[in-house]
Amino acid sequence: MQTLILRTISPVLCAFMILYSVFITLRGHNDPGGGFIGGLIAASAFAIYGISHGVGAVRRAMYFHPMAIAGFGLFFGTLTGLLAYFTAEPFFTGKWAFPDVFGVTVALSTPMFFDIGVYFVVVGAITSIALALEEDHH
Amino acid sequence: MSLTFFAFFAPFLAALAAPVLVRRMGAAAGWVLAVVPALLFVHWWGFLPEVAAGERITGGYRWIPSLNVNFSWFIDGLSLTFALLITGIGTLIVIYAGAYLKGYPTQGRFLSFILMFMGAMQGLVLADSFLMLFVFWELTSITSFLLIGFDHKREAARRAALQALVVTGLGGLVLLAGLIVIWNITGVSEMSLLLATGDTLRQSPFYLLALVLVLGGAFTKSAQFPLHFWLPNAMEAPTPVSAYLHSATMVKAGVYLLMRLNPAMGDTAAWATILPLFGGVTLAVGAFLAIRQTDLKLMLAYTTVASLGLLVMLTGVGTEKALAAAALYLVAHSLFKGALFMVAGAIDHEAGTRDLTKLSGLRKAMPVTFTAGLLAALSMAGLTPFYGFIAKEEIYYALSGTWPAHAMLLIVAVLANALMFAVAFAVGLKPFIGAPVETPKHAHDGPVGLLAGPLLLAVTGLAAGIVWPLAHSLFADPAATAIAGQPITIKTGIVPHWNAAFMLSLVTVALGIAFYVGLGRLRAIADRVVTGIGWGPDQGFDQFTRGLLGLSVATTRFSQSGRLETYMTVTFASLAAVLLLPMILGDELPGVPAFPQARFFDWAMVLIAAVGIIAVVWAKNRLTAIVSLGIQGFAVAVIFMLNGAPDLSFTQFMIETLSVVILALVMTRLSLTPSDHRPTGSKVIDLVIALAVGAGFTLLLLKVLERPLDPTLATFFADFSGTVAFGRNIVNVILVDFRGVDTLGEIGVVMIAGLAILALIRIRVSAAGNRREMREAK
Repeated sequence: MQTLILRTISPVLCAFMILYSVFITLRGHNDPGGGFIGGLIAASAFAIYGISHGVGAVRRAMYFHPMAIAGFGLFFGTLTGLLAYFTAEPFFTGKWAFPDVFGVTVALSTPMFFDIGVYFVVVGAITSIALALEEDHH
Repeated sequence: MSLTFFAFFAPFLAALAAPVLVRRMGAAAGWVLAVVPALLFVHWWGFLPEVAAGERITGGYRWIPSLNVNFSWFIDGLSLTFALLITGIGTLIVIYAGAYLKGYPTQGRFLSFILMFMGAMQGLVLADSFLMLFVFWELTSITSFLLIGFDHKREAARRAALQALVVTGLGGLVLLAGLIVIWNITGVSEMSLLLATGDTLRQSPFYLLALVLVLGGAFTKSAQFPLHFWLPNAMEAPTPVSAYLHSATMVKAGVYLLMRLNPAMGDTAAWATILPLFGGVTLAVGAFLAIRQTDLKLMLAYTTVASLGLLVMLTGVGTEKALAAAALYLVAHSLFKGALFMVAGAIDHEAGTRDLTKLSGLRKAMPVTFTAGLLAALSMAGLTPFYGFIAKEEIYYALSGTWPAHAMLLIVAVLANALMFAVAFAVGLKPFIGAPVETPKHAHDGPVGLLAGPLLLAVTGLAAGIVWPLAHSLFADPAATAIAGQPITIKTGIVPHWNAAFMLSLVTVALGIAFYVGLGRLRAIADRVVTGIGWGPDQGFDQFTRGLLGLSVATTRFSQSGRLETYMTVTFASLAAVLLLPMILGDELPGVPAFPQARFFDWAMVLIAAVGIIAVVWAKNRLTAIVSLGIQGFAVAVIFMLNGAPDLSFTQFMIETLSVVILALVMTRLSLTPSDHRPTGSKVIDLVIALAVGAGFTLLLLKVLERPLDPTLATFFADFSGTVAFGRNIVNVILVDFRGVDTLGEIGVVMIAGLAILALIRIRVSAAGNRREMREAK
């Protein structure tokens, strides 16, 4: 599938898809989206890049092993749940903060960070499966 | 944080330090590490005055308040006596093990295991809360597994370790069930509170269930016939382990439990039948089998089985005298049996063998060991003025006092005691007298570390007898009081009085001397009987495990064919059955629905989906089929979108895309033929299953839609996701906030599934690589 058109367009496409996946993840709390779907979008971006440029290129671009990324996501997600421990509340009690950043109120919350953890797990796990499947057949 | 709380953890901390200390200081580390149990002994000793005065001390911390589980302890006469035996003998054992395993490369590990075991045992007897008792109970099983299998390069040691773990570990689980039943009946989860519930437990309809479960735990741990076989096998462990676990402490855990529960569960017909029955049989069988052995340790191991039977029997008889006898015998036995085991170990260590037939005349070479052995044997034989004498007198008082109700038990006790008398001198006297013979090693007394333990324990047995009023008031009286649940004062002393008990004692001694003299002939008879029977529970255990393994192999062969096609067929056929059968059998099929009023673009999407499915079936090429499946998926996603479920539609789009990509990748790797060439028959079966699953889901959904939707949850989430969780996207708020823990579990599953798939792909790659290498090699 290494056609010239796909090879040329895929880096751009991939970049936009990943950007979009971040956007989708972060807006998930109020609009359609979330960590799971965002992760799937990013995973398909990597899959496209892998099909057009080969697995090695994706691995170099990702820098970390995809499973390590998934592991980080799981760890990070668990940590957000543990935060409630410090205020002696049950595991996974949501915590909210609304700091002012340059005059804009930003809503930060443990559910949002947990969603980011979900994003990483999905990206990492799906990408590592897809890459492993692509690897041998090239 | 109180000192007592710290005392529970001190042995475990010492266990951590043990390997480092041994590496730094060598065998001398034993002396340093012994300080920990010695300090614990002093700490528990501090409670003696209060406890002897009749106090019961409880304390602890809340552990899991929501489940009413506490880290709590309960110190009364019984648990304190045990704690002192555990830490006191533990101190001597650590010193002894330091000398016994001197220069052994893994001595640090050994001392670490021993200290861990001590911590577990100490926690077990002092635990107040049921769950804590259970945790420590299982910890003793696990640490004893490590200790028995310490010499893990020998197969016999590994088998013995596994056997002990299986038997005692299973017993522990049964005990847990028993404790939970008791918890449910009485509503309390602490021993101290349970003892105050009076007859609640005894009058419950579930009493027998609770009793049987508790006995399952106690009998396995305390090696009651027919579950006694693991204890003699556990002699594979180094001798310090046998002296500590298998005489003085762990095997008494079951007896401890029965004694502890006696005030709440005892004194019923079932209790007074089952316990004396099993205890009596164990006593008889243990004493009989002990005679058959020539290995000093095995002889002692079987008499330990017998002694445990005796203790269970006395607890079951349950009269004031019997419980007093049990308390006395408990203390006396720990002292003389621990000493004798250490003597056997010292002989083995210094003379190179512990086979009775190869040992003789060691008294000149090993005078101190001889002294210790003889003193301990005299106590075990029940001769005055040793503490063992008082215990035996009290046993005879108890059993003859209720004549003729316990006549059978009395006969068994006299015979078994006489046999144990013979064994006592066979171990403590016989190797030392007679003409000296050549032993594998040049025999001489061991270092101080090997002598201190046995000598001190044996002398304590003598001293406790001489100052018996003091020993009674400190240990036996409080312990008996705790077992009985009412004050008991023991009056039996070392001065014999002319009565039935003393006459029985004389009979025992006479029989014992006869047995000792005729030991060789007796052994031959016992040997012939056992060989004649030919089968024992030990073989039964092997048959049982073999059977279990065979069953699991057969089950695996049957259920795991390894063919993906079979798995898929079974999975989907079961799914269809689960969906359809209840509806058909329960006569709950949905009615014929009205013709749907859908918009033209809805119909267009349905049409596209249908075209996709027809294309899947029609496709000659696998890849075409996969892509066509995607068409159907996208059409469904659009239908979701048109009906106001953007999140669902969104996810469906991504899932469809990725499944097509991944399926296509998998297909290219599987090196299948491009098209499907199976026979028509198998295609028809698949078709039927597919149609059945599809029909099942359709009917199920139609049935669901026949009922009005219950809006409770929808309203709840609509009301609260904005106000409580500050989110407008209800689906997402449910996923990451309301049910965040579920999602955490799910991403864990995603992660594990990913790892598993990765591993499977790697296996295939490396298998292919191996094949390639082999081809190239050819």
